[in-house]
Amino acid sequence: MTLPPYATAGDRIWFYGLRIFCGLTFFFLVAPILVIIPLSFNQDPFFTYPMEGYSLRWYAEIFGDGPLSLLWQRSMVNSVVIAICSTVLATALGTLAALGLNRADFPFKNAIYAFLISPMIVPIVVTAIGMFYFYAQIGLIGSLAGIILAHTAIGVPFVVITVSAALAGFDENLVRAGSIMGAGPMRVFRKVTLPIIFPGVASGGLFAFAASWDEIVIVLFLANAEQHTSPRRMWSGIREHISPTIIAAATLLILLSIVLMLTMEWLRRRSDRMRGITQT
Amino acid sequence: MTAVDQTYPHHGSEGRVALADQLRRAERSRKIRAFGLTVPLILFLLITFAIPIAQVLFQGVKNGEMTQIMPGLTEELETWDGQGMPPERVVESFVRDVAAASENQTLARVAKRLNFSISGYRSLLLKTARRLPSPDQSDLLQALVEIDTRWSERRYWTAMKQASPRFTLEYLLTTVDRQFDADGEIVRKPPETSLYLTVLMRTLWISMSVTLICVIIGYPMAYLLATLPAKYSNILLLLLLLPFWTSLLVRTTAWLVLLQNQGVVNDAGIWLGLWEEPLQLIRNRLGVYIAMVHILLPFMVLPIYSVMKGISPFHLKAAASLGARPVRSFLKVYAPQTIAGVGAGSLLVFIITLGFYITPALVGGPGDQMLSYFIAFSANSTVNWGLAAALSLMLMLCVGVFFAFYSRLVGVRSLGTGS
Repeated sequence: MTLPPYATAGDRIWFYGLRIFCGLTFFFLVAPILVIIPLSFNQDPFFTYPMEGYSLRWYAEIFGDGPLSLLWQRSMVNSVVIAICSTVLATALGTLAALGLNRADFPFKNAIYAFLISPMIVPIVVTAIGMFYFYAQIGLIGSLAGIILAHTAIGVPFVVITVSAALAGFDENLVRAGSIMGAGPMRVFRKVTLPIIFPGVASGGLFAFAASWDEIVIVLFLANAEQHTSPRRMWSGIREHISPTIIAAATLLILLSIVLMLTMEWLRRRSDRMRGITQT
Repeated sequence: MTAVDQTYPHHGSEGRVALADQLRRAERSRKIRAFGLTVPLILFLLITFAIPIAQVLFQGVKNGEMTQIMPGLTEELETWDGQGMPPERVVESFVRDVAAASENQTLARVAKRLNFSISGYRSLLLKTARRLPSPDQSDLLQALVEIDTRWSERRYWTAMKQASPRFTLEYLLTTVDRQFDADGEIVRKPPETSLYLTVLMRTLWISMSVTLICVIIGYPMAYLLATLPAKYSNILLLLLLLPFWTSLLVRTTAWLVLLQNQGVVNDAGIWLGLWEEPLQLIRNRLGVYIAMVHILLPFMVLPIYSVMKGISPFHLKAAASLGARPVRSFLKVYAPQTIAGVGAGSLLVFIITLGFYITPALVGGPGDQMLSYFIAFSANSTVNWGLAAALSLMLMLCVGVFFAFYSRLVGVRSLGTGS
């Protein structure tokens, strides 16, 4: 959109005012994330510009073999294990449920849908103390399994929502066509339904992964030092004294977010393309 | 009789009935199978999520300690009307049950529960237990008063009576700074022990302010995104999604680093000559607002943007051709159509903000902590599950009310993030 030649002074102020205002807002949104990345390469343990020199020493503190590095590395391994396991569980359970919800009408369907996405709405602290109280009775505090189950519950709504959205544009006649041609239900699912809704399933999985990867409140309540995840390690560090090592860890997490986000965009474009094909 | 039968009464109907029946049965089994697919997840969430939460929330109205640990006393207290001083039989069973409880080492639990009603009760009870008179002695009450004169105050006895029933409103009343007096009337707590009503109001206030700031900043952004050509708006959308995908803890850490006294923002401000001395930007409300608006802005912009995307540009052109100046056509034609998006975004931001814990805990000062902080604190540090649960109920109530508005306005189905 450009200014028409007949624009008045008021139009001009409005036009440039809006752009300047939005420019400042985008700066506010992105700058904090970008500004701290270079700080992780600072050779001195300060958080100010200009920097005296560059160094990788803070990354060495994460990837080296000192006692603190081992803690960081174990927390990363924990994060990966927890996030992958809970993503797989959440994606499987969530996709099944979304298929059921979209296949036929049955009583209380909306109530069930609301229930399935409720982990997203209930404040995380309430969820955390509920799980803490319950897990304490059955001895699941301080176990990876307990955290994986908890994170699965947190991730499930994202899968239900995205897969339902993908199924909303899905043509049921394709399933009928598959059955008429003699394919069993499993085969129809694998060969017809899944490829078409795959972008929805995958983005639900990505959301679930990100939710587990970021999650800290539940970990605060359910984990012992053995199960600390990387956000949990950052949390301890932030509470004591922010060291540049934490900024280095934050930078690694930002890189992961960028990868997740770009994958998501790619999936979205792919899904749009797929829908273009199914509609014609 | 089936619908098919009624429509075609004179055709040979036996086959039709069978067919209709078969159809109905097939339809029903299809429904059952569809429902069956949702069963694993329903069960999973019931066990790992819903039942645990229900169980912990139940602690907010439960009153187990007295009945469990001092059953005899509880029974006697039920028969006492709470007027005047307790009769001899109540005092006697009190002495017996305290003796039994301190033998089983369960007295501390009762002491803690009663201390919640009247502070100082714990030490009173433990002190009394150490010098307990024999239950067979005459004028037991006088003997207790000699140990501590507080036993001559009626409220210490009524507190036990109020703690005896299976259920209690005491924890819930505490969340709004109310309590029972000796006569069982609901009264305001003394100011020195009042806290949670302020916290509740603060939580609502912070959420409202953050929502309002997000509307003011987010609306123009959404407008720009919706009106720019796709090749620009796609790039800007990525810039909007980057903070959205970045870990909440990372963003909070970033602000913590940037807003420090020797941080980048203060350095830049002083260098540019905007202010002379380092400003206090964290550990206060300002820091909380900055960090929270940064985190929640995408949740506001995306719903408004998607509504604006659906508004036909011809509406504005029509308004212009009818002679409306741009400001007028914007206010009269465009803005009213975006109300739904603003409402959805505001409720979403408000609901999410209500439950915030990490960001205020790291960026805020002691006076900026919200309900979640006190829930975690009661569960973790003071291990008062009753209070933690009652505060959780309060928070859930707030979230529930606004979520009901939200699902009225846009429907539960549209809770999708970005899609």
